[in-house]
Amino acid sequence: MSFLEVNNLNVEFNTADGIVRAVNNVSFSLEEGKILAIVGESGSGKSQTVFAMMGLLDQNGRATGSVKFEDQEILNLSISELNLIRSEKIAMIFQDPMTSLNPYMKVSEQMAEVLIHHKGLSKTEAIKQSISMLDAVQIPEARNLIRMYPHEFSGGMRQRVMIAMSLLCNPKLLIADEPTTALDVTVQAQIMHLLSDIQREFGTSIILITHDLGVVAGNSDKTLVMYGGQVMEIAKTELIYERPTHPYTQGLISAVPRLDDSTDKLKTIQGNPPDAMLDPVGCPFSPRCKFSKDICSTQAPELLEVGESNHFRACHVAFEELL
Amino acid sequence: MNHETMMQVENLKVHFDVSSEGDMPWTKRKRLQAVNGVSFELKSGETLGIVGESGCGKSTLARAIISMVPAETGRVLWFGKDLLALQKTEMRKHRKEIQMIFQDPLASLNPRMTIGEIIAEPLKTHYPKTSKADIKAKVEDVMNKVGLLENLINRYPHEFSGGQCQRIGIARALILKPKLIICDEPVSALDVSIQAQVINLLMDLQKEMGLTLIFIAHDLSIVKHISNKIMVLYMGNMVELAKSEDIYNHPRHPYTQALISAVPIPDPKIEKNKDLILIEGDLPSPINPPSGCIFRTRCKKAQDICSQEKPELKEAASSHEVACHFND
Repeated sequence: MSFLEVNNLNVEFNTADGIVRAVNNVSFSLEEGKILAIVGESGSGKSQTVFAMMGLLDQNGRATGSVKFEDQEILNLSISELNLIRSEKIAMIFQDPMTSLNPYMKVSEQMAEVLIHHKGLSKTEAIKQSISMLDAVQIPEARNLIRMYPHEFSGGMRQRVMIAMSLLCNPKLLIADEPTTALDVTVQAQIMHLLSDIQREFGTSIILITHDLGVVAGNSDKTLVMYGGQVMEIAKTELIYERPTHPYTQGLISAVPRLDDSTDKLKTIQGNPPDAMLDPVGCPFSPRCKFSKDICSTQAPELLEVGESNHFRACHVAFEELL
Repeated sequence: MNHETMMQVENLKVHFDVSSEGDMPWTKRKRLQAVNGVSFELKSGETLGIVGESGCGKSTLARAIISMVPAETGRVLWFGKDLLALQKTEMRKHRKEIQMIFQDPLASLNPRMTIGEIIAEPLKTHYPKTSKADIKAKVEDVMNKVGLLENLINRYPHEFSGGQCQRIGIARALILKPKLIICDEPVSALDVSIQAQVINLLMDLQKEMGLTLIFIAHDLSIVKHISNKIMVLYMGNMVELAKSEDIYNHPRHPYTQALISAVPIPDPKIEKNKDLILIEGDLPSPINPPSGCIFRTRCKKAQDICSQEKPELKEAASSHEVACHFND
């Protein structure tokens, strides 16, 4: 039985200006207990991919394809069916904890609500369990702090509350959408440390969405690189950094200044990210790609396995030519 | 390049009066010390990086230097002249020489002006007699420099991507041929691939035009890449000031050490095996800061002396200043 299997996922939005294809033919799988990182720049479709899985697309959005979680098809389920999966099997944490917690409710109320709804616990029992979960995410004096409102917490603390809340029903898969982007780097380190502790302790599988290649490097088993709504490359994280086989991945990795390295000049990727309104023909990266050939602008490359096992890339240019 | 001293900032302090929830109209407003005694020297042609986390006062410091927020005490010597003591008209003369680039590229551009007008505005303000043809020539010249096509001159900001908007902001700062540019988080709103383009542009322009930069950012990797020396701020206090390589290779202040350790390196082999120094807890309230050393509440090395005496910024090695009682 596979844990999570996404096949040919497409997401489109009907807008006043026409159809926007945000995600095109995305396929990947995740084994239980592992961490998958999805990296990409803004507009690459990384968030919409997981929103589609969780049934969280905006009203004008439509998803097609297949998402199988423990062999059950979960794409486009009804709200009531999805509610049985959300938080009990798959939980999600978001980028900005201030906008995803209810500002009018005390933390205790918001957390207890989850347990009362999903597990049918009594309120006192629910609050008791909530406190022990806050303890588990290392919130000091959880017994007192649980009575506070979200705005009374700092950004890092709020993210801890969010994480505690998502773990209440002991989900098997945790989706973290840019969980540290809004946080300072020292707080980011605390939160990432906490997430990896949770993964070890509870055996939770994690999908980590981020644009930060540093965060990916330290915290994932497998990495999926997205650009313009398509998968560019997917492989074991170590392989992605050691031997990136896609021009975009190569460009992305060398565009990041490294603290442990002093280069004089950063390598850049020419041009600008693609316009989502334009229907992508061929490879979305081809207008910016140094290696681009005629075929790249007419035909979308398929995601094919290269040399090493489970290393997939979508590129017309032979790997040897990229070196 | 001659390395004369361009700017000397001495003991600069900025505070804000803030009211908190539940205060009555007659309650005395509380004092928030945003910048607490910052001093540094800047030589022509060099780049000073200022790093720190949100709320550490790095933007306020930049704004205080060019009198965008009033300083409480301190001096900002610009080629020997104290900018803070100048009359408004006097200050205006020097404003031409110091320009600023802001974080949010779109928000810092007037949506109702074409980019030609935006870039020309400083020129029109400071040299009102410039002829139209002259202005156009200068605008096109500076647009070329930052990599914007001349035929875009009549477009509006919303027609540009984030990276291009930042180029417009840079062009606007460059048109007066300033000596110093203060960049306040110029790339933090940009995607990685665009970020590299803008940083390279800034470094190229610096070489070409002999610019001096103050580069403020929270991303230590970027600051280290672009700067000659780096100042680390924590809650308005300077905790360390040294050459970029020294900050990275031999950080002396416990806060700097934790900050550097927290920066993720894009290499799984290094990142998965590193000994992370985690800082415990949250920032203390800036309205009621800890006595003595400001970092002591979260510091692993803290002793009694740290709560009693505020450590002064002292030279611990050549051109390496640290504010810590235990800096060896």
